[in-house]
Formats: sequence, C-alpha cells, structure tokens
Amino acid sequence: MKPQSSCVRIQKEWDIVGARHVARDMAKELGFGIVDQARIATAVSELARNIYLYAKSGQIIFEKIDTMESKGLSIIAIDSGPGIADIGQVMQDGYSTSGGLGAGLPGVKRLMDEFVIQSEMGKGTKITTKKLVR
Amino acid sequence: MRIPILKLHNYLLISIQTEIDDKTAIEFQEDLLDKIYTTGATGVVIDLTSVEIIDSFIAKVLGDVVAMSDLMGAKVVLTGIQPAVAMTLIELGIHLQNIPTALNLEQGLIKLHQELGE
Repeated sequence: MKPQSSCVRIQKEWDIVGARHVARDMAKELGFGIVDQARIATAVSELARNIYLYAKSGQIIFEKIDTMESKGLSIIAIDSGPGIADIGQVMQDGYSTSGGLGAGLPGVKRLMDEFVIQSEMGKGTKITTKKLVR
Repeated sequence: MRIPILKLHNYLLISIQTEIDDKTAIEFQEDLLDKIYTTGATGVVIDLTSVEIIDSFIAKVLGDVVAMSDLMGAKVVLTGIQPAVAMTLIELGIHLQNIPTALNLEQGLIKLHQELGE
C-alpha cells in the first residue's frame, strides 16, 4: 500500500525540485488529470521556493484526502521564518520583495481549490491548500 | 547538469529535456548569451516540448533570456509549450507577453526566418 502522507524538508535549492516530484507523483496516484498534476506541481514549486527564499528552511506536508465525500490532495507548507507583515499585500498580484514576478501566492490560490494562510511575525508562516479530484 | 546548445548555421537550437531547477536555469541563461556572443548567432529556438512544469521563477528566467538576447541582437522563439503548462502559467498570472512563440520547432524556425527577413 502506498503511503497516505509524505513530508519534504526544504533546506536547499534542489529540495524545490524534490517537492515538485513528490507533488506530481502523489497527484498522479490520486487520479488527477494531466493539467491538475501540472497545477499542483507548480503550486508546490511556488510554496517551496517561498520557504527557501524567505524562511531558509521549512517543510511541505502532503496528505491524501480519501473519504466518502471527496478525494484529493492536501498540501501544507510550514516554516518558522520571519513571518509576513501584511498578508493583504502579498496576496496582491505583482507584489514581490525578491525581484520575482510577484505571481507566487495569489497564483497558488488560483491554481488550488482551497487556500488558507496564517502568519505571525517572528514565528513563521503556515499555508494550507487543497485540490480535489473532480 | 548543463543544457546543451546546438549551432545550426546562424541559429542556436536548444531542447530542454531535463527538469529545470533554479541553478540550471541561471546557468543556461549565461551559457546561451555566451554562445550568442561567440557564434554570432542571429536566431535562437528554445524548445519546451519536454518541459512539464514552468513556475514563476523559470518563467522569469525565460522571459529575461529573450530580452537579453534581443539586446544583443539575436531573436529568440519559444516553442512547444504543452497545453497543461500554458494553462498553469496563465492561471498563475504569467502572460509572457511580447515573447515570440510557436507551436513546434518547425514553426519556430519559420517564424525566425520571417522575423529576420531571411
């Protein structure tokens, strides 16, 4: 039996690629179509890069959702980095402090079905997202 | 892992076959600009048929390399972007405007011929 959950530590740049692979493999196993697999892997890539860039280290936890009502993948990105001062601001398209495209978090929200962000200054950030198989 | 760059007459051809991480993307940017400089290439096709994921960072590097090559005098065409990748990029909010694209390598070469008036 395949594992129901998986945890990827993000500490170095290559871990972003590792997280992307785990995301795609789990999405495939769950029966997501090719476009949803790309959406999930891309969202995970953005989340992992945010951890690597802003918090230096953290983890991404993948959990399969398999109940009577729904089937899908839950992805939780946790770090104990500096936290986000203004969540409203980072959720705006085009906002970036790193010279990127500023597509990161609002983009992830659009790619996934559910998106919850919690952050506390000096403590860290937790982003919970879900994608359901249709 | 470096991405191979092939020279064909005045053109450079690149087919990205590996998973692109941030470091590979940056190295590729430098390698391509070097190669344009040393070969005097006027056109470049970057084929993305085998690329399954383009996130915001990779998209930025690709967009930048097109602008940088343009500044040096070489036209770049991106080809073969998969349907799933195109959908994901637009949903992510990345439109890659002003970047020449074509359906496949063949169309990309035709586009280069037209753009360069050859």
